[in-house]
Amino acid sequence: MKHGLVAMFRGLLGLVVFLGLIGPALANLKVDVNRGTVDPLPIAVPDFIPRRALATPAGSMQEIGANVAAVIAADLRRSGLFRPLDPAAFISEPQSADVRPRFANWRAIASQALVTGQVDQRSDGLLVAEFRLWDVLAEAQLTGLRYTAQPGDWRRIAHKIADAIYERLTGEAGYFDSRVVYIAESGNKLNRRKRLAIMDQDGHNHMFLTNGDDLVLTPRFSPNRQEITYLAYYNNQPRVYLYNLDTGKHEVLGDFPNMTFAPRFSPDGNRVILSLAENGNSDIYEMDLRTRGVRRLTTHPGIDTSPSYSPDGSHIVFNSSRGGSQQIYVMRSDGSQVERISFGNGRYATPVWSPRGDLIAFTKIGDSKFRIGVMRPDGSGERVLTNSYQDEGPTWSPNGRVLMFFRLSQESGETTLWSVDLTGYNERQVPTPLEASDPAWSPILDK
Amino acid sequence: MIAKTFGLQALTVASAALFLAACASTNPADDEATARAAADAAEQATQPQAVPAPVVEEEQITDPFGDATQSSLENYAGDRVFFAFDSSELSPTARQTLQRQAEWLQKHRSVKATVEGHADERGTREYNLALGERRAAAAKNYLVALGIAPDRLDTISYGKERPAVLGSGENVWRQNRRAVLTVGRSGA
Repeated sequence: MKHGLVAMFRGLLGLVVFLGLIGPALANLKVDVNRGTVDPLPIAVPDFIPRRALATPAGSMQEIGANVAAVIAADLRRSGLFRPLDPAAFISEPQSADVRPRFANWRAIASQALVTGQVDQRSDGLLVAEFRLWDVLAEAQLTGLRYTAQPGDWRRIAHKIADAIYERLTGEAGYFDSRVVYIAESGNKLNRRKRLAIMDQDGHNHMFLTNGDDLVLTPRFSPNRQEITYLAYYNNQPRVYLYNLDTGKHEVLGDFPNMTFAPRFSPDGNRVILSLAENGNSDIYEMDLRTRGVRRLTTHPGIDTSPSYSPDGSHIVFNSSRGGSQQIYVMRSDGSQVERISFGNGRYATPVWSPRGDLIAFTKIGDSKFRIGVMRPDGSGERVLTNSYQDEGPTWSPNGRVLMFFRLSQESGETTLWSVDLTGYNERQVPTPLEASDPAWSPILDK
Repeated sequence: MIAKTFGLQALTVASAALFLAACASTNPADDEATARAAADAAEQATQPQAVPAPVVEEEQITDPFGDATQSSLENYAGDRVFFAFDSSELSPTARQTLQRQAEWLQKHRSVKATVEGHADERGTREYNLALGERRAAAAKNYLVALGIAPDRLDTISYGKERPAVLGSGENVWRQNRRAVLTVGRSGA
C-alpha cells in the first residue's frame, strides 16, 4: 500500500512500566517487554541541538538535529513500548546538551524518560552525534553515547541511538538498526511483476535491486554478511541465487538439474539449506558455500521444504506433507531424528526459528485463513498472533521480539507488509512504495 | 476351404432373400396415392412455390492435429489438466486429456514442450512451488508412459505465482490447480 505508517494500533497491553521509588542514585526506570497491561512509557525526545550552524550535503546541522530526534521518536513509538510526547508540549528545551536538564519541566509534562543530544560536524566533514538518556524522576543519566558517521548516514545514527535507548530501558537488544529485504509487487495479478527490494526496517532508504523482468521470490538475509539468497526465474529456470549487496554481484547457487527453492542461511552464514525437486519430489539439501559440497538431508516421497536452522545450528525445522498434510517437523541438522511438532487443527507452514532459539514462528492454515503464530521448538505453547484473511511468511526481528509478515487483504486484494509483537499486540503496517510480500529481516548491522 | 465356400454361398443366398423381401414390402398402390396427394396440393396453391436449390456449405478441413502450435494443441487435446486440492493425482478426465496430448505430441515429433505446474492460493508460497512441481511431474510422467520421449518435455513450477483466474472460491481455485502443456522449451 502506498500510504504511510497507519496501523491498527490495538489496545496496547504489551508492557509494564516499572518505576523505581528509590533514590536518584539508583535509577530504576524499566520497561518490561514480557508483561501485559498499562501504558507505553512516556518519553521526551527534543530536537538534538546543533553545536554550530553548519551546512552539509545532508542538510543544515539544525535540520539534521531535528531529523535525528524525529527518527528516534518514530522508532520508539513503533515498538509499542514507548509513547514519545508531542514536542509542542515541551516547556523548555535545554540550550546545551552539556548542562543538566531542568527535570521539573519534564516532570510537569509527565515525561518519565528524556533523551537529549547534540550534533556537530568535524573538520574532516564527519557528523558527530551524541545523546544522553535520563530518568526524569530519579534525575539521573541512564546512558550516554557518541557516534560518528558521514552526514548522509544520520538515519543510521538515529536508529543506533533508538536501539541503545530500547536496550537500556527493556534489557533486550534493540532492532532498529536493521534492514528488510522483500519482494515489491506491481501489475496484473495474472502475471505479477516482482522485484527484489531493500529498505531500512522503518521503510526508509528504499531501493529496488532487480528490474522485474524475471520472477523473484523469497529473499533471505545472511546472518553475518551483506548477502542475500533468493529464488529467481532467470531464463525461466527457477534456481536459488546468492546476491552480494556490497558488490552487487549475483550468482546461481550450485549446478542443480532441477528447481531449487526455499533457501535459508545457516547461523554461521557458511551454508545454505534449500529444497531440490527431483522428478517432482522436493527434499531438503544443504550446500557448503566454501566447498560448494552438497549434502542431502531428507529422503521422503512427501514434500519437504521451508527449512530453517535453530540459532545454534544443531537442528532444522521444516515443512513436510509426509503425514498427509502440511505440518511442521524438527530434525537434527544431519537429517536424523525427524519429529513432528505441529498437532493443532489445520495445516502449518513456513516455520522459522527465532534468533533467540526459544520459539518457532509459522503460518497456520485453517478456517479459510492464514494466520501467523508461534510455538516452542517441542510444539508446546502454540499462540496465534494475527487474524486476517491471509497472513503468511513470518520473519523475526534480530532480537526475536517482533515478527514481520505479508498480508493479502480479501477486500482490496492488496498485499502489504505488517509487523506484530510476540504478545500479539502492536500490529502495524510497514510502509512500502508498492505492494509487498516475502519480507526478510536482516540481522543487526555491523558497527 | 469347403466350409468357407459354403459359408459365402449361404451369405449370398441370405442377402438375396432380404433384397426380395424389401421389394415386396413396397405397395404400388401406396405410391399412387402419394403422387395424387402431391398433385392436389400443387393445384390448391395460388402462387408458384419457391423451389430453392439445396444449400450446401463448403469448408476447408485441416489435418485434425493441425500445425505444431499452442492453439492446435488446445483444439485437439486441451492444454491443461486439473487437480484436487493439495493433490497431484491424475483424475480419469486428466488422463483422457493427457492421452490426447500424447497423440498430438506423437503427430508432431519435432515439438518440445514444457509442463507448467500451478497451485491455487490456499497454500503457502514455498509449499505451493513444491506442489506445482509435483503436478507438472505427474503430467509429464504420464505422457512419458504413453510413449513421449522424456527429453522432449521440461517441467517448471510457478506455485501460486501465475493464476489462470483471479479471485477466490472453489470455482476459481479449481481452475488454478493445473498442469499446462506449453509448446516450446521453458529455458531460454
